Amino acid sequence: MTGTFRTTIESNLINKSKIVNFIFNGDSYQGFEGDTLASALIANGVHLVGRSFKYHRPRGFLGVGVEEPNAMVQLHEGDKSEPNIMATEVEITEGLKARSQNCWPSVKFDIGEINNILNRFFPAGFYYKTFMWPKSFWMSVYEPIIRKAAGMGVAPIKPDPDRYEHNYEHCDVLVVGSGPSGLAAALAAANNGAKVILAEDKAHFGGSLLTDNVTIGNQSGQEWADETINHLKSLPNVIVKNRSQVFGYYDHNMTVMFERVSDHIDNPSEFTPRQRLHYIRAGEVVVSTGSIERPLSFGNNDRPGIFLASAATEYMKVYGTLVGKKPIIFTNNDSAYKAAIEFNKNNIKALILDTRENSDGDLVKEAQSLGLDIKFNSGVADVKGRLKISSATIGKLNSDKDSFSDLEEIECDCICMSGGWTPTVHLSSQAGNKLKFDEDLDAFVPNNKRQKETAVGSANGSFTLKQSLAEGFQVGFDLSNSITSNNKNTTVPTSKESSYQAHDKFWCMPLPEGKKPKRFIDFQNDVAVSDVELAVREGFRSIEHVKRYTTLGMAGDQGKTSNLNGLQHVSNIQKKIVPEVGHTTFRPPYTPVTIGTIVGREVGNHFQPTRKTPTHNWHVENNVVFTNAGLWLRPRYYPRGNETMSDAVNREALNVRKAVGICDVTSLGKIDIKGPDAAELLNRVYTNAWMKLPVGKARYGVMLREDGMVFDDGTTTRLSENHFHMTTTTAQAANVLSHLEFYLQVVWPELKVNVLSTTEQWSGAAIAGPKSRDLMKKLFPSVDFSTEAFPFMGLVETEFSGIHVKLYRISFSGELAYEVNVESNHGLFMWNKIMEVGEEFGIQPYGTEALATLRIEMGHVSGPELDGRAVPYDLGLQGMVSQKKDFIGKRSLEKNAFVDPERQTLVGLVPVDKKTKIPEGAHLVENDKASLPNPKLGHVSSSCWSVEYNNPFSIGVLKDGKNKIGQQLFAVYPLKNISIPVEIVSSHYVDPKGERVRV
Amino acid sequence: MLEIKCPHCGKRSQNEFAYGGDATIKRPKLGEEVSTKDWDDFVYFRDNPRGKHQEFWHHVSGCRQWFKALRDTATHEIFNTAKLEEDL
Repeated sequence: MTGTFRTTIESNLINKSKIVNFIFNGDSYQGFEGDTLASALIANGVHLVGRSFKYHRPRGFLGVGVEEPNAMVQLHEGDKSEPNIMATEVEITEGLKARSQNCWPSVKFDIGEINNILNRFFPAGFYYKTFMWPKSFWMSVYEPIIRKAAGMGVAPIKPDPDRYEHNYEHCDVLVVGSGPSGLAAALAAANNGAKVILAEDKAHFGGSLLTDNVTIGNQSGQEWADETINHLKSLPNVIVKNRSQVFGYYDHNMTVMFERVSDHIDNPSEFTPRQRLHYIRAGEVVVSTGSIERPLSFGNNDRPGIFLASAATEYMKVYGTLVGKKPIIFTNNDSAYKAAIEFNKNNIKALILDTRENSDGDLVKEAQSLGLDIKFNSGVADVKGRLKISSATIGKLNSDKDSFSDLEEIECDCICMSGGWTPTVHLSSQAGNKLKFDEDLDAFVPNNKRQKETAVGSANGSFTLKQSLAEGFQVGFDLSNSITSNNKNTTVPTSKESSYQAHDKFWCMPLPEGKKPKRFIDFQNDVAVSDVELAVREGFRSIEHVKRYTTLGMAGDQGKTSNLNGLQHVSNIQKKIVPEVGHTTFRPPYTPVTIGTIVGREVGNHFQPTRKTPTHNWHVENNVVFTNAGLWLRPRYYPRGNETMSDAVNREALNVRKAVGICDVTSLGKIDIKGPDAAELLNRVYTNAWMKLPVGKARYGVMLREDGMVFDDGTTTRLSENHFHMTTTTAQAANVLSHLEFYLQVVWPELKVNVLSTTEQWSGAAIAGPKSRDLMKKLFPSVDFSTEAFPFMGLVETEFSGIHVKLYRISFSGELAYEVNVESNHGLFMWNKIMEVGEEFGIQPYGTEALATLRIEMGHVSGPELDGRAVPYDLGLQGMVSQKKDFIGKRSLEKNAFVDPERQTLVGLVPVDKKTKIPEGAHLVENDKASLPNPKLGHVSSSCWSVEYNNPFSIGVLKDGKNKIGQQLFAVYPLKNISIPVEIVSSHYVDPKGERVRV
Repeated sequence: MLEIKCPHCGKRSQNEFAYGGDATIKRPKLGEEVSTKDWDDFVYFRDNPRGKHQEFWHHVSGCRQWFKALRDTATHEIFNTAKLEEDL
């Protein structure tokens, strides 16, 4: 059965020839293609869909689209499961599974509803009042219970299997919303030659034209909408998107749109993205987002079966679904009469209650001529029916509208209410538009714009069709003409519509005598009239504070139906006018957006680019374990057999100390520096002197920031008089290049130097260990490797099998070492040759862990020591600081704090027991039993297992470190209750005189 | 996301650029005697105006040129951009 609550007048917007099966709360139902989950359930007479957030009250549908506050469901199962989905926004597909959320054991019998009975213990702000003491209860008792009770649906715990995409678009005019004013603006702009994007959230284009009985030209509103859309789709300069919500308006006319690409399709192709995020940079944005109907407040106005009148009309006209068969229309304006007229077409007589004294609008007259029962000066005081309404207590309003008389109970199965209309100003406000309060509409409308955004139609407070069309065509032409200057105007068609009388500003019904039913303002957050009154009574004045205290207008629907009623009530109580109270901030996203769409394809290995060195595959074939160094994948260690990580690292490091190892150093930053002032530039950015560096020699350099802190270090080689090759750390490569460019372009433009990153141009292999010279001799027999001919810090360029090779005699490991650099595309070939020749010398590859061990033993500083808090003196680099010349950051080194003899300086640390490894980050203290705060003297920056001495060794910084050598302190790690007695030693633990590199 | 006009390349999205700070700050000349106060002003102290602000930007994922922009810090409006040797 596709439902007994279907209209007799058929809708042409759903496909009755295709039946769709779906499951809700375990029961099977049928709907038609084109039905939403909401319309299909309503057609089947299902109104109870969920439980409210705080009181767990039974809830049904209120709206028909993005305004829906109640009908949130959990969709799908397993890894595709999705919480908090508005049933009004889901188009049913074959086999769709949905269930109610925030209820246990079932939506009909929910234990949590006890909160409703206990509601006087859950007043506004109860979170702030109730769980304050005893303090120790927060973590152990309150927090876990609240966490379990709070929230609506359940997030899936498995990775999302669907595919999401991002798209970037530019257009002249973006039109948001395809109602009459949006279609008019898009048509006018497109005809005038502008590149147009038209976005519609719903499946169908046309907005109010789908539900209003109007005529445009000689067509019905819907026919005109269809024809206009088809025309727009045929134009090459127009992109038309349905199921697409523009949810955010950011700076410089950047808008973001969320497109539901295949959610409505049965079994979409795996290559079709599920949803797509469009970044649209628009020249001009037309905000034709329409308006949202406001509810009325009366006793138990949240019961299932109580709808917005416009939603009831749309369910009938668009989805062919009846929200009930015994309706009461309850309104303070003319627009709700449309629902009564539409019910009448389906042979259902509605009772109409109007809070006004009278109205002679066209729709009212039509209802009267149809013989419908209209009671003016009347309203609903309360309703009965917990899981679905069964009757309403209605009565006459007295002249002050503060009490009812002549109360009577009327049987009904639905109430269609209307409290007036709120222009959807969200995008305008997000764009920086300063809204103004329109007294006639009782609502905020756009006023002073900051960006290139123009509201039209009811979003702009223009509620007649004639005005909407006129505005749309005019704005579409004006905005496009400012871009195209084509001067091609489109004629505004004539239109016919019903006339409307003014609405009643009265929306909050008095309580029936002797009773205190809850009158809700915000359905999603269970905020009732009494909660707002309580907040004001307790001294909350600012609307932003009232919002946070009561949670009015928060959560998934962001108060689309409740914000204005809420702030009107605040202004009534405070006896202020609404503009004085102001409004809360409209923030993106306008509607909820899936995390998958925001992330797009940037998941897993696509999260960020991966940089691989030319020898990457060789490492993989040799059982490497990689580590991430920025975007680079660097070999960490190469385990053999059953080796643990520390086994492998110790073997690799020891092999460098005893024989020879090879390490991929391609990822080190490399910058080519050329020009007559190249040496002068180096002289200014490094702390040491560079003018007299001979051609063919390298030098170690340290560069500072202007605040005196060490920024980076590395070796730079003079390739020729005006040509240098700089290396940087892997981590700082990009920053050093930007730094050099800043000084060359901004500070010293007179220097004739060019800098260029050459990191990817060269493939580098460090060959380190006492046997490295022997290996090199065999590999490059034509090169003289004697210290006289090729000294430490020397450069030799040679050829190998026709390949140009640069050999640097530099060392990070502290051993005799060379670096072989070839062009990247020869990197793997060279590496293989080195391995081949190195076999007889016992060569083994070593990764970043062994490299760290080697440099820590030598006391060479690296990333953990260059943490942006150290001046050269702290790291024992004062010898690198030239006294004769100026350089970046030099003046800072004179600051008192930086010449303080008690500064923390670099030391070595050995555990007294020679066994316990000292965790990096441990604090150094004199007495590990001292009461807190225990004065911290320094910290451990890098730790390793010394392969030279076979015991743990660390380096770190220590207050007045030089004078503490030989003393005993404690390395403490309070998070894990670790305290290790340590002896302070020199940071140069191995080869303190640096002889090995020079042999 | 801002849209910034690189004076060399034209309009590009903000994610191609890196912000470079106050463009009115002049580095003291090399070798010049600088008082502690002047040096601290140069290194540490910046105005934090609401409104127009001259600032450096670096077209880091583009032509790699530094340039100047005049931006409103409250509204993000960029009034003008200019090459380093030009006036804003």
